[in-house]
Amino acid sequence: MTRFGRFIARNFVLVLGFVVLLYLFAPIVVVMLMSFNAPKSRLSYTFDGFTVDNWLHPCRPFGLCDAVSTSLRIGLLATVVATALGTLMAFAMVRHRFRGRSATNLFIFLPMASPEIVLGSSLLALFVSSGFGGRLGFWTILIAHVMFCLSFVVVTVKARLAGMDSRLEQAAMDLYANEWQTFWRVTFPLVFPGILAAALLSFSLSFDDFIITNLNAGTTVTFPMYVWGSAQRDIPPQINVIGTAMFLLALIFVLAGELGRRRRERTRS
Amino acid sequence: MSAVGQLGAASQSAAPPPVERSGRRMTAYLLLLPGGLWLLLFFVVPLVSLLAASLYDPNGSIENGFSMTWHWQNFGTTMADYWRPFGRSLWYALLTTAFCLLLGYPLAYAIAMRAGRWKNLMLALVIAPFFTSFLIRTLSWKMLLSDNGFVVDALQWLRILGPDGRLLATTAAVVTGLTYNFLPFMVLPLYASLEKIDRRLIEAGGDLFAGPVTTFRTVTLPLSMPGVVAGTLLTFIPAAGDYINAQLLGTPKQRMIGNDIQRLFAAGAYPTAAALSVTLMAAIVVLVLIYVRRSGTEELV
Repeated sequence: MTRFGRFIARNFVLVLGFVVLLYLFAPIVVVMLMSFNAPKSRLSYTFDGFTVDNWLHPCRPFGLCDAVSTSLRIGLLATVVATALGTLMAFAMVRHRFRGRSATNLFIFLPMASPEIVLGSSLLALFVSSGFGGRLGFWTILIAHVMFCLSFVVVTVKARLAGMDSRLEQAAMDLYANEWQTFWRVTFPLVFPGILAAALLSFSLSFDDFIITNLNAGTTVTFPMYVWGSAQRDIPPQINVIGTAMFLLALIFVLAGELGRRRRERTRS
Repeated sequence: MSAVGQLGAASQSAAPPPVERSGRRMTAYLLLLPGGLWLLLFFVVPLVSLLAASLYDPNGSIENGFSMTWHWQNFGTTMADYWRPFGRSLWYALLTTAFCLLLGYPLAYAIAMRAGRWKNLMLALVIAPFFTSFLIRTLSWKMLLSDNGFVVDALQWLRILGPDGRLLATTAAVVTGLTYNFLPFMVLPLYASLEKIDRRLIEAGGDLFAGPVTTFRTVTLPLSMPGVVAGTLLTFIPAAGDYINAQLLGTPKQRMIGNDIQRLFAAGAYPTAAALSVTLMAAIVVLVLIYVRRSGTEELV
């Protein structure tokens, strides 16, 4: 066997893993490539020519940037509300023992275990039957987004809290910190990465949601709804610009977090 | 996303804290109140109104309103009309779950056991696709699988596809898209449970003269079962309700139940759409309960 063959044999699983990662990344490469596309016709799915024009004028397709801004506003608001409510719930679940705790656990888990089409259609049924059928829009989308982000926030913050050493708080109390001081000086800073992760998760869930939003949006158009609408007619390359930009921003965020973590670890050791 | 991975992890590590004074117990209820109310008003109450809507008189319309006639027959008539897309949805979701497990397990194993210092980077790469919109990624599959795309060319050259064979607008395309979209939901819980396995147990398998295959089958795989159960559920459930992949990558022949529910709601046929939606939810709950019971891991939440 050649040296290369032996390497493959020894690291078979790792190689397989990389192949699967390639599968995960193939469409993203296409999105990046297509953001530089100069399509010949309006219904073109092929790469016809290179241009940076799309990047210079991302708002050219009518309504695209309005849709992005609607999605950003809903995403930010939903993130703030869901993160606040979900963090409170996570504290109750991990730090307190009360009657109905396991039932509450199930209750929080259920929305994550329901298909989006069911969540979306039941909300629509509620809005219609309570007379809000004609007023679907920004606020009904926001209500829906907070609802489905909430469970994900609880689970994320809960995991961080559960993995925390409660002796640190006991030590603070032993050193005569009162409950309030202990919370803000010890507990909160330790849980904060979990809250931040939950907020990021909420934002990306909200920004990306289509199925639930589409049922409860009325005439309001979010970014995914804009993409859906244009997929039926023509796909402006600027959509790929927005997709690539979002991806790069998130990547920078993740890399910065990872670098920060490594630096903290180095200074500690 | 990491939340999904921690689904299994959170449960086992969170032992309930000791019994508390009644004052502290009140604090717990206060903390739960705002979020709990939100879930009650916008998750539980809507499910009830969905159930109610499924029993409305099917002859009503948006203009004239719907009247509650306890029309249980709605379920029978909708199933008679829509059993094909319904069964197709469950079948596609099953295929998707199987492919996700097949692709996701090696990846999760590689990250948990072999990645070394690249572990965090590889995990970040699994999550990264989430940051480009779901719809945009599905649209780019449309391009990758198109008739003059290189995937079709390569498969034709390998004689896997005939010279007129195509991928787009087939079942294969829809399942490829579904598998792609839900793969991270499989990988993250699998990774979480593989990561927790005590390596010494695997070494012990080797010490007791078990080959790598036997060790995997008798030690690693059983210990990773909580991850397998969580991952398959998190893949199957959203896949069964999805209609984006069927719409963008398939034809009406690959239509899934989500397509019909969405179309009927948009057309104002609320009783029919609601009945389909309730049936989907009921089918999923029943399947999940059977599956969780049989796999013996009820400690999931």
